[in-house]
Amino acid sequence: MYPAFFLYVLLFFLPTVVSLFFSLTRWSLQDWQFVGLDNFVMYFQEAELRIGFRNTIIYAVLTSALKVIIGLYLANFLTSKLRSKDWLRSVVFFPTLVSTIGVGYTFGVLLDPFEGPVNKGIRAVAANIGLVTDGPGWLTDANLLPLLSIAFVDVWKGVGFATLIYIAGMASIGREYYEASAVDGASARRQFWSITVPLVRPAMFSVIILSFIGGLRSFDLIWAMTNGGPGFISDVIASINYKQYQAGFYGLATAGNVILFIFVTALVIPLSRFLNKREVAA
Amino acid sequence: MNLLSRKQKPKVKYRSIWVEIGAILVTSIVFIFPFLFILFTAGKDAKSAFKLEFSIPEKWYLWENLLTVIQADKYLIVRATYNTLVLTIFSVTLLVLISGMTGYVIQRKTNRVTSTASFMVLTALIIPPAIVPTIWVLQQIGLYKTMTGMVLIEVAYGMAFAILIFRNFVATIPRELDEAAIIDGCTGWALYFRIIFPLLKPVTLTIIIIATVSIFNDFVNPLYFLPGEKNATLQQTLYNFQGRYSTQWHLLFADILYITIFPLVAFIFFNKKIIAGMTAGSVKG
Repeated sequence: MYPAFFLYVLLFFLPTVVSLFFSLTRWSLQDWQFVGLDNFVMYFQEAELRIGFRNTIIYAVLTSALKVIIGLYLANFLTSKLRSKDWLRSVVFFPTLVSTIGVGYTFGVLLDPFEGPVNKGIRAVAANIGLVTDGPGWLTDANLLPLLSIAFVDVWKGVGFATLIYIAGMASIGREYYEASAVDGASARRQFWSITVPLVRPAMFSVIILSFIGGLRSFDLIWAMTNGGPGFISDVIASINYKQYQAGFYGLATAGNVILFIFVTALVIPLSRFLNKREVAA
Repeated sequence: MNLLSRKQKPKVKYRSIWVEIGAILVTSIVFIFPFLFILFTAGKDAKSAFKLEFSIPEKWYLWENLLTVIQADKYLIVRATYNTLVLTIFSVTLLVLISGMTGYVIQRKTNRVTSTASFMVLTALIIPPAIVPTIWVLQQIGLYKTMTGMVLIEVAYGMAFAILIFRNFVATIPRELDEAAIIDGCTGWALYFRIIFPLLKPVTLTIIIIATVSIFNDFVNPLYFLPGEKNATLQQTLYNFQGRYSTQWHLLFADILYITIFPLVAFIFFNKKIIAGMTAGSVKG
């Protein structure tokens, strides 16, 4: 236990505390100059950085919501009587194991607005029914579309993990509930809503919390697919912080980190309180 | 007797065959199509790969492309493979040892130290790590840009989740077992390694899989904490590769294919174990 304690203090607790101080400075890692709240003021003044806030929320809510819902349906389907159960489970789960960067580049190419196979397909289909279209600019559009495309890829890659957590949860539901309700004449749909959904709740909460935290903090997929672009359209707080760090604005990057810290804590703690209460009530 | 045996073999009622064929088709298109695209593009020559078509290569250049990628930058990718494997193996081993013990102690003893520790686990799970100050701390102790420092970082960041899962699993092991072992004179380290650790096997497998996947595929942390060409990990080389070969798709995809081979081989051999292991520990996670 002591090594864990030591690592935690050295590499997690200490930096977090130190970050509160250095976020108030102009900092070059060697020396620092106290600038008060300037970093935070600067952070909030720039319009691009405010986009980051909006995007972080959209990305986290969208990816976790889709994983929660699609994962639940997939798990329900994959626990039913299937001949090809093993194959289907493997196929759905495999993307979870693969490099995020690799997946990002692959979809970056697939969704390329001009040369990408997806838009080529769309154009071909459109031409068949007499429409002329370029197809959507999945990753180059000037509005929300790039962020949504990335969120979709995130779900593609991560839904297998959510499904597996659900399957584990469903495995612990007693068969007798289903048998008893079948005797009472409940349909499959009714069984799903009245037995599976309520009893799989602990697994559902794990999926919600894990994917929500992941969605708020991660930026590697965004980095691989658009670098936050075009412009700052698909930037999230974490990718902005990396850009500041890359540019050598260590004080500013640290302030961004503190903001992300407050942001995540302010969203996740009430959420997990709420979910825990529901769990006790259920 | 007769009744029992009939009861144990209920007639399995499968779903309609059409539903299954539909499911196989849909999942294949959604989940396998992108991987086939990687394979096909990695197998083409420069000219036909440039067209970015989803088609089987007329002539396969897979081996040549892989060789080109491996030889690029004086075999940098070999160095990167070595780095990634070292990082993954050491981090995962240390992570399992440390967080298993910590999870055990936190679950078994209740005093002020352990309740503080439980609180710490929760904070570490939620709070995003402060990156630049961590670099500063690593610099002060001379571990910045070193493999040792990187291993410690991965362990520190992976710990919270692992401890949580170990702790939940230890809760299902009866306390009487500890007590019986203590009466027989088995205490401290021996108690943990002889009695408890073997019982943690299913959940240890879960942690090993999750940690291996996340550390092997980790891009962001080595980006911050382990810069420098000789320290490059596989994910880093792929990232740099993309900058340089942004239009030589056959090489870029050969690199992606190379990186995907590791999880693919692991998955083919340990498929059942991975899925079973993932489900064992994550119920209460």
